[in-house]
Amino acid sequence: MKFTQFTDSQVKQALSVIGVDSVETLFAPIPPALRLKGELNIPSGLSEPGLLSDTEHLASRNRHCDQLVCFLGGGAYDHFIPTVVDALSMQTEFLTAYTPYQAEASQGILQLFYEFQTMICLLTGMEVANASLYEVASAAAEAVLMATTITKRHRVLVAESVHPDTRQVLDTYAQSQDIDIITVPAPEGVVDQQALVAALGESTAAVVVQSPNFFGCIERLDHIAPAAQDHGALAVVSTDPIAGGVLKPPGAFGADIVVAEGQALGVPLQYGGPYLGVLACRKEHLRKMPGRVVGATKDVDGRRGFCLALQTREQHIKRERATSNICTNQGLLAARAAVYMAAMGKRGLAEVASQCFDKAHYAAGEIAKLDGYELRFAAPFFKEFVVQTSRGVKGALTACRRRDILGGVPLVRFDERLDDCFLVAVTERRTKAQIDDLVAALGSV
Amino acid sequence: MKTVPTMQQEDHPLLFEIGAPGLCAVSLPPSDVPPVKRSEAVPGELLADDPPALPEVGELDLVRHYKRLAHRCFNIDANFYPLGSCTMKYNPRINERVAAMPGFINLHPYQDEADVQGILELLYRLRCDLAEIAGLAETTLQPAAGAHGEMTGLMIINAYHSSRGEHRSKVLTPDSAHGTNPASCTICGRRSIPVQSRKDGRVDLDDLRAKVDEDTAAFMITNPNTVGVFDEQVADIAQIIHAKGAQLYLDGANMNAILGITRPGDFGVDCMHFNTHKTFSTPHGGGGPGAGPVAVAEHLREFLPVPQVIRRHDGTFGWSSDRPKSIGKVRSFYGQVGVLVRAYTYIRAIGREGLRDVAEKAVLAANYVAARLKDRYPMPFPPPYAHEFVTVPDFPGSGVSDIDIAKRLIDYGIHPPTMSFPVHHCLMIEPTETESPATLDHFVEAMLAIADEIENDPKVVRTAPHTTPVRRLDEVTASRKPNVRWRRCDGTATARERSHST
Repeated sequence: MKFTQFTDSQVKQALSVIGVDSVETLFAPIPPALRLKGELNIPSGLSEPGLLSDTEHLASRNRHCDQLVCFLGGGAYDHFIPTVVDALSMQTEFLTAYTPYQAEASQGILQLFYEFQTMICLLTGMEVANASLYEVASAAAEAVLMATTITKRHRVLVAESVHPDTRQVLDTYAQSQDIDIITVPAPEGVVDQQALVAALGESTAAVVVQSPNFFGCIERLDHIAPAAQDHGALAVVSTDPIAGGVLKPPGAFGADIVVAEGQALGVPLQYGGPYLGVLACRKEHLRKMPGRVVGATKDVDGRRGFCLALQTREQHIKRERATSNICTNQGLLAARAAVYMAAMGKRGLAEVASQCFDKAHYAAGEIAKLDGYELRFAAPFFKEFVVQTSRGVKGALTACRRRDILGGVPLVRFDERLDDCFLVAVTERRTKAQIDDLVAALGSV
Repeated sequence: MKTVPTMQQEDHPLLFEIGAPGLCAVSLPPSDVPPVKRSEAVPGELLADDPPALPEVGELDLVRHYKRLAHRCFNIDANFYPLGSCTMKYNPRINERVAAMPGFINLHPYQDEADVQGILELLYRLRCDLAEIAGLAETTLQPAAGAHGEMTGLMIINAYHSSRGEHRSKVLTPDSAHGTNPASCTICGRRSIPVQSRKDGRVDLDDLRAKVDEDTAAFMITNPNTVGVFDEQVADIAQIIHAKGAQLYLDGANMNAILGITRPGDFGVDCMHFNTHKTFSTPHGGGGPGAGPVAVAEHLREFLPVPQVIRRHDGTFGWSSDRPKSIGKVRSFYGQVGVLVRAYTYIRAIGREGLRDVAEKAVLAANYVAARLKDRYPMPFPPPYAHEFVTVPDFPGSGVSDIDIAKRLIDYGIHPPTMSFPVHHCLMIEPTETESPATLDHFVEAMLAIADEIENDPKVVRTAPHTTPVRRLDEVTASRKPNVRWRRCDGTATARERSHST
């Protein structure tokens, strides 16, 4: 395929306007010694049917979640995506627009981001939100950098029940910044509050917890946030935006910074990305926040309009003194989430959350009735829970896979102590019949 | 030459100002499991009293809302974007079709490798293609965007120095570098030190020699650079840098100009990132998502992030975290897979000859536009240019600035070029390879028409744009008194505010 539009004669005409006799002359500044000899070792271009056959062949070698019944979670969830989400967010006017630095030519997407920020504030219970970061792990890392800047402290307590990817990414960022990460144990699926209080001190910049956490359990944010703040540390909470339909949002417990994986808000699974990093905080920290923020303002005629606000925090103005290096964000995923939240509305989101809650509890109850299976943790959970089995995780999940069921995520890959455990997520998309099939498959080993 | 209103003009309400309580644009089947009494499953203090007060809108009004917003956006499908350093090329439709195939879009990141061999093979092929284009040993696909790639690359370089028992605290960047370069140094705990450019836009080697030392971790170069010239001294620069044990990092933002012509690895680069949303046609999406794969030379491979997609001896594909000196993970899961699928599709669509054609046509287009504009728009750097060029408009006595010209272009249906970077009061113009000669001519004619307007009626330029839904906005107040979220006039508070008032 070819996406350039110059014919040979148009090339000649253009060259004569430039005043050179060949395209080659235009590359004269590149010394011959540095040129590629020969061609790139990449296949020749394909026709459109040829390309479709190549990619369809690759796609056909994946078993996907419309063919399989998905009980996998762990930060990526098989929620229902209403038709309007694709139809409206993937309009090429949004898809192929550039970052809205030119406000007059970008009012539509600026307004969309402003509405997105508002709805994120509503879901998290926070005062301000940005227009997106990459995904939850790097958003958590940005939140930690923000907390160390605000508190001028260098020690960060991270609950063991936070998603392992988030913890690993925090470690990577911390290594470069002389930030000490202290892991607070969560032996019973939720953070050990005594250990947390014991670890808090004058140098603690932030406490990072996730609720519902990696194991699906709901943390006692009503105890954790005040404990952190009693020591002058910020409470950084990672959350599931869908949970707000059932649970109080982190803002209700006084969280200082909330991050979230926004994938659940209408973003397809697509093998782990692109997803949507959400970051919201208290208004007083707005100027320390990373990433783009859209503000409402007026034009010279007094009409309401929108523009990027507080750009002096950002790298293109502040360079080495910027609050973050982020430039490209996840605008299109924010658009998806915005349409999803607007389509669901107050009632739809509550219904999704409520069905996740009920179906997960039904599944957990039925699985726990099976011989050799029990719930690993007693803590309350939302849409995900850890199953412990004496029958062997591998055998149990293989039995599910034989029935075209993705039965859960084995936890041994994250923690050897959990080698007899797997994580089961149940979204509103699952039916009672599918849950019963899962239970039957697990019972068959 | 006529100006054309390309966007709807009338005021448009916010989502929160339409709809009515009780409406919902989605219908879900009723739950078919027994309901659980929430207060028995979760402590009451943790349960929401009310669900979040999201908008309540019916489906048709929702559709119209987002249609109207879409009508108020410039976009590549409708408008020309000569936006320097951003490479706003056409985003082929085929990319979207492939990325939306159920076999790619409906995969969970924790599925068994045996069930996802197709996507793993695609990622492996892309990893190898990008290393070939870079002329380097190995690529990681994990970074989420260009700036994230810069950060990852600098972390890799820092890990390399640490493995040799060294802590190097500074990174040199040309004064014309993208803002992300110094910002990425900071996020990696390093000081960025600017190196001067010469009058012709090339790196000042004397200044570079004076600043590079045993405390220098890396020099971050963009080549071709942001003024649109290929710095032919790059091999010498590599020598100067390497002589002090430092590493040469390439910001790959301008790879479009050299695809298949020269490879960074062949001109001395140790580590670089790509911007798939620039070079490989993945859509910008109003600001993202991008992807920022990082390619490294042999001696840096052991520090790449984990997991890495690999081909095993038995021909199957999988993930490997067996890299003890790895910097770790920089992102959840594996990367921006949906974006990477589009980049793969594009590379295989145009192939090796198409990649070279991209560079040739991008450079041809930039030089053609520059040649047609040079009599009215002064250019501080001499041609030939790479894929972009810089002009510093000079209309003495008119009171017209670079910003005014840029805003006036909107009235001609053209997105403004990059402004005041990398030179004060400049316009940085990058036409890209996908535009037809007719579109380039339209742009030139608009620029010449604006030059005439500046001489005859400068006010029309100073007050532009005139055809947009809003005119120039008060960005100062938007930052001084930020209003970054809508609030209901009846004083409905957020949960946080409620909790504070009780």
